[in-house]
Amino acid sequence: MWTLLQIELYKIFRRPRTYIAFVAITALITIVQLGLKVDGKEYAAFVTADLSNSLQVDGKIINGYFVCYILLQLLLVHVPLLIALIAADMISGEANMGTLRLMITKPISRTEFILAKFFAASIYTILLLIWLAILALFLSMLIFGTDDMFLMKNNYAVQIENADIFWRYAGAFGFACLAMITVAALGFFLSQFAENSIGPIVATMSVIIFFTILSTMSIPIFNLIKPYLFTTHMVAWKEFFDVKVNADNETIKGTIQNPGKLINSSLILVAHIILFVSASIYVFKKKDVLS
Amino acid sequence: MVKQLRKITLFLFIFHFSLLSHAQDMTSLVQKVKAKLDLVNDYVAEGKMKTDVAFIKAPVGKVKVFFKKPNQFKIKRDNGISILPKGGVSVNMSSLIEMNNYVALSAGDAVIDGSKTKIVKLLPMNEGSEIILTTLYIDESNLLIKKAITTTKENGTYEMEFFYGQYANYSLPDKVIFAFNTKDYKMPKGITLEFDDDMSKDVKEKMKGKKGKVEITYTSYIINKGIDNSIFK
Repeated sequence: MWTLLQIELYKIFRRPRTYIAFVAITALITIVQLGLKVDGKEYAAFVTADLSNSLQVDGKIINGYFVCYILLQLLLVHVPLLIALIAADMISGEANMGTLRLMITKPISRTEFILAKFFAASIYTILLLIWLAILALFLSMLIFGTDDMFLMKNNYAVQIENADIFWRYAGAFGFACLAMITVAALGFFLSQFAENSIGPIVATMSVIIFFTILSTMSIPIFNLIKPYLFTTHMVAWKEFFDVKVNADNETIKGTIQNPGKLINSSLILVAHIILFVSASIYVFKKKDVLS
Repeated sequence: MVKQLRKITLFLFIFHFSLLSHAQDMTSLVQKVKAKLDLVNDYVAEGKMKTDVAFIKAPVGKVKVFFKKPNQFKIKRDNGISILPKGGVSVNMSSLIEMNNYVALSAGDAVIDGSKTKIVKLLPMNEGSEIILTTLYIDESNLLIKKAITTTKENGTYEMEFFYGQYANYSLPDKVIFAFNTKDYKMPKGITLEFDDDMSKDVKEKMKGKKGKVEITYTSYIINKGIDNSIFK
């Protein structure tokens, strides 16, 4: 299994396409960081405009933690598209090159073969998120420094103390890994059904875009199906950045406002991963490989 | 008839002067309070600040408060963000009676926190003044302001309560509660990028509290040791 995994990882990282995602993320993050470094005060004023009717917020609002939050909000919607580039190519790419039939003539089970490919796609996803964390979190901390985080939510604002933030990012990136592996699992599943990469890649992107639109629209009829869409649960990482308050309306350090929602979303994403991977194994086992 | 008119005129004359002298009394009381406040040229205080606004979740934070005559005032949170009422209304007493041109009228007596106080209405004579009216509750025997309500043109009405302890000789409180009005808070989803709104109506209603409070509890003061002006920039 380990050898298989190494082979699959070698195949992934040998292709130039793999690095498109890393380059795209680097370019996006550095351009946002540059913009906020130059015009951060304007952005802070824009974000706190509604609050400034009756209050003034003094301090370093634009700091490394806040910048990372903005970047994650922007990027975690788009990163799935970059993951689809690789995950949806895992089986269909082999079929396209005509190596799939050759691969399964080797003395390994089809389940092992599928799992090795899926684990390789997952490792790629995790590495992409580690790269994202290095640039969005650590580089932002280096450029902007650290301070309390002041976040504006739909109905209220939250201030989280500097010392109470880092573990939340560890949790948020962990959760993001789960969400992105779900996307990888979907792309991987769809890649069973085509003999070229374009179809599964576009199909994965389409599913994500379609579900994301449904998840974000506040139309009552869509609210009924939202809980069943994995895209609804992919954004639950934000729960790490909401804290509980005591009876005096003081934040309680180290707490999460709605841990139940976080656990629920995690379980739903894990269930999706299991479902997609199991379905992939089932389909591949039954598949008459002709290419 | 003429005698009666004379009596009425005399009565009005005496009444008018009694009112004037009463107003004069309040001015002198305010002047005495101001004179006591003037003992402090500057101070650096340490304390804890709590912001209690319905739609803001904020921690209690350590703060440093800087004051320098005549009205330079700054609150700095130790390594953090501080949320204060708009307009930078200084949470200090000098700003309450810094006006030079005002009318001080008596408005009766009241008991605040177990102490008898005189209610004094301060009306600025300058029409351009941001402050429309200040009501002070002054502990006459100790020359301490126990409570103040200030109505401004731009920033609504503020209420301040002062609790004194070991620094009462300098008119410096151990605790200040600053209450103010807030406006409704609602952020567009396009800015927050949060499209799921699973908050119950009850919680949303709670978040719409119209009153906000900032509470500063002072632990220590360093008085009249000099402060550099750069701190207030």
